[in-house]
Amino acid sequence: MLEWRRRREPSLPMLALSPLIAIALTMALGMIVFTAMGYDGFHAVGSIFLTPFLEPQRWADIGVKAAPLVMIALGLAIGFRANVWNIGAEGQYVMGAIAGTGVALLTYQMTGWWILPAMVLAGILGGMAWAAIPAFLRVRLQVSEILTSLMLTYVAVQFLYFLVRGPWKDPDGFNFPQTRMFTADQTLPTVLEGTLVHLGIPAALLLALVAWLLMEKTTAGYAVKVVGLAPAAARHGGFSAERTTWATMLLSGGLAGLAGLFEAAGPFGQLTPQFPIGYGFTAIIVAFLGRLHPLGIVFGGIVLAATYVGGEIAQSTVRLPQAATGMFQALLLFMLLATDVLVRWRISWKRRAA
Amino acid sequence: MTSAILVSILMTLVAASTPILLAALGELVAEKAGVLNLGVEGMMLCGAVAGFAVAFSSGSTTLGLFAALLAGVATAMVFAVLALSLNANQVATGLALTIFGIGASSLIGAGFVGRTIPRLGPIFPAALSEHPWLRVVFGHDILVYLSLALVIGIGFFLRRTRPGLILRAVGENDASAHAIGYPVIAIRYAAVAFGGALAGLGGAYFSLALTPMWADRLTAGRGWIALALVVFSAWRPGRLLVGAYLFGAVATLELQAKAAGVSFLAPEVLAMAPYLATIAVLTMMSLGRRTGRLDAPACLGKPFSAV
Repeated sequence: MLEWRRRREPSLPMLALSPLIAIALTMALGMIVFTAMGYDGFHAVGSIFLTPFLEPQRWADIGVKAAPLVMIALGLAIGFRANVWNIGAEGQYVMGAIAGTGVALLTYQMTGWWILPAMVLAGILGGMAWAAIPAFLRVRLQVSEILTSLMLTYVAVQFLYFLVRGPWKDPDGFNFPQTRMFTADQTLPTVLEGTLVHLGIPAALLLALVAWLLMEKTTAGYAVKVVGLAPAAARHGGFSAERTTWATMLLSGGLAGLAGLFEAAGPFGQLTPQFPIGYGFTAIIVAFLGRLHPLGIVFGGIVLAATYVGGEIAQSTVRLPQAATGMFQALLLFMLLATDVLVRWRISWKRRAA
Repeated sequence: MTSAILVSILMTLVAASTPILLAALGELVAEKAGVLNLGVEGMMLCGAVAGFAVAFSSGSTTLGLFAALLAGVATAMVFAVLALSLNANQVATGLALTIFGIGASSLIGAGFVGRTIPRLGPIFPAALSEHPWLRVVFGHDILVYLSLALVIGIGFFLRRTRPGLILRAVGENDASAHAIGYPVIAIRYAAVAFGGALAGLGGAYFSLALTPMWADRLTAGRGWIALALVVFSAWRPGRLLVGAYLFGAVATLELQAKAAGVSFLAPEVLAMAPYLATIAVLTMMSLGRRTGRLDAPACLGKPFSAV
């Protein structure tokens, strides 16, 4: 029979291996589920998980989709470590894009190098402001940030609809619900000539490095971990839980806002009702796949970005509906949470004593 | 004439409140046992799509309701295995369940978009259920009466029965309950399954009774509002009833304002109302509270392991 024994300390090899085991299990389970639903399960999973990596012309697309996922997940992961559950990153992402677009609409007749930085700043502040509401409610009134940050996501999305259908509708846009296209000075520059690879991709990598240094080499990062792991010890050691809540909420909100602005000023080039596509929620999976570690998150972001790219491929190769991508991503999170047990427990096969 | 409008508003109010009341009652029982299942929205969506699919292919809304109940239990069991048996983080597992429910319901429902089925009908004979004003009392479907009966039933179960007491003990102090010899994990499994069943039915209320037509993500965040209502109720079924009907009133106002073509408020602003109202209510709860942590069960969300 199986014998379960609790490990004294988390297993380091399993810490690194379990995400890979989870990916393998997800592929197997995905094949079974998609086949059961009447699709070609083998090719569906191949299209979602392997094709994006095997075809070099898809790599730029993976990068473009990984950048916002990584940026958002970096902030969320730092919060999760401190037991601050900001699950409304999608709303902060939308508000960041709205704030940045506000600057773009004010400056659309102007030119100058300063316009894009101003938009970036507005995007960060927009996301921060939206995250400040649940932070304030949690610190001052002990209202669960889980519920408030999520409720605010619905509000942010409705606000976006209101703006693009109403006051911000492009006057020359044939009545389509969308804003003006951004001008050249308002658009994120590409870093590789002739590809989609925009400034957001190196920015995401740089931010991952900064987040890693912050978490591993600074007192602030240490405080976050202590507050999360041992709240009583943190109080004793003089680390303030309130300050940590504020800092992690504002950081994750700011990063989500930045990601939203980059998406608006990059791939979209304007705001439309299709703008919120759930990166804020998928980033939660990225954070867990990366084991809440900044460098792991880069890996997690690439994997989840590939499922988006692969999901599109599977739509044409095996006619898998787009919704399958979301379900596949959720299966991955289930498997990640399940394989986490290997880190904390030693499971061995033992013959029953006669 | 005006009384006819009033009757129709009251009917809308009941219909808008019932799915949230059902889902919130289920979550209340799970939380009383110490389990925080944030996957309500996902379980509702799975119930909604299972109920619709079965009702559509069998032609029977009753079978649809059973399918929804089973789908809710099945998804709740995924949560239970991960969070209770494997001790995974309950917040993360609940979120995974919601993401899964959104994806799965949209994938299964893709073939049903725009299809319609016969609406879940009232259970009393037409003389009562279509009476101009008696229908306020007798004109509802079975889930409305079930949800009201459950408010009383769950309240009685938790406060007055021995199993209810044990369930509360498991939620308040799992270690002691275990020491006395109660099967903590098994009781939590049962509570989570019950929560899943009611969330499934609550979801099916959208696809079988409110809009008997399939649309993607038709629960539109109501599962999260149900979670907030449990906090608002301070874990008491009676107050949950008040909260759900207050919420139903906000949703009805939104619908009425839209129908009446209120021009000074954009439809998007009206659509924000339920979520803003929920935040406002949670905030006022905290302001009005005098002591402690809002009467939450002491072991809420904490993993338990006997080893």
